[in-house]
Amino acid sequence: MNLTLLAEKLNLMVRCNGNRLGREVSGGYVGDLLSDVMTNSRKDDVWITCQSHQNIVAVSVLKEHAGIILVLGKEPDKDTLEKASREGIPLLVTKLSGFEAAGRIYNLINA
Amino acid sequence: MSQKYEFSFPVEGENFDDAGKVSVEIKRLLKGLGITSDILRRTAIATYESEVNIISYARQGNINIRVTDDNILINIQDSGPGITDIEQAMRQGYSTADDRIREMGFGAGMGLFNIKNCSDSFEILSEVNKGTLLKILINR
Repeated sequence: MNLTLLAEKLNLMVRCNGNRLGREVSGGYVGDLLSDVMTNSRKDDVWITCQSHQNIVAVSVLKEHAGIILVLGKEPDKDTLEKASREGIPLLVTKLSGFEAAGRIYNLINA
Repeated sequence: MSQKYEFSFPVEGENFDDAGKVSVEIKRLLKGLGITSDILRRTAIATYESEVNIISYARQGNINIRVTDDNILINIQDSGPGITDIEQAMRQGYSTADDRIREMGFGAGMGLFNIKNCSDSFEILSEVNKGTLLKILINR
């Protein structure tokens, strides 16, 4: 599974690093508490969150996530977009809830 | 032949814009030294949580790292308010963070607990109104 396919299936909008969507996604993690995500998410996960501020980028870089999906129609802050672009972390957005996004991605990855 | 590397990074309190920047730099350095992925993961969690603690509670702090063939020693020293009750601070879910910090997804009371879980040895020395020193040892 990769982000290109996930974006297509879930109709996700790409906000930056559209050229890096080919990277393999091996799993996912849903969370809005940064300590939780730092501890429990894994490398190559796609991170599903409603946090849109710039601090999510450092967490994603440290965890080597495949990308971040902002849910509930949240848009990344300007600083978030700049940092993510610079660090090479793909940022995608959707109007779906975290629950629905996670459920659909889980099914696609484990199909 | 045994090798030893030492690094020191200042962290500025209150500067949430750059939260995680030092930890990202440390991870890159350690990766360059050939540290394996599980040790990198544990070190990244420990430094990140420490960095966020300095930013959230202290005016200024330092993250010092010493890497040897056997282990990674991380000393985090800050000039913050200190911790009155260390046992309480170590409890998962306990936090003194204000709403502003919590809104950003910090202050969940998991930091020190997570650091301890990632360490082979963990010690907190703190003096109220002076500051706090965390000593984290991770065996390679």
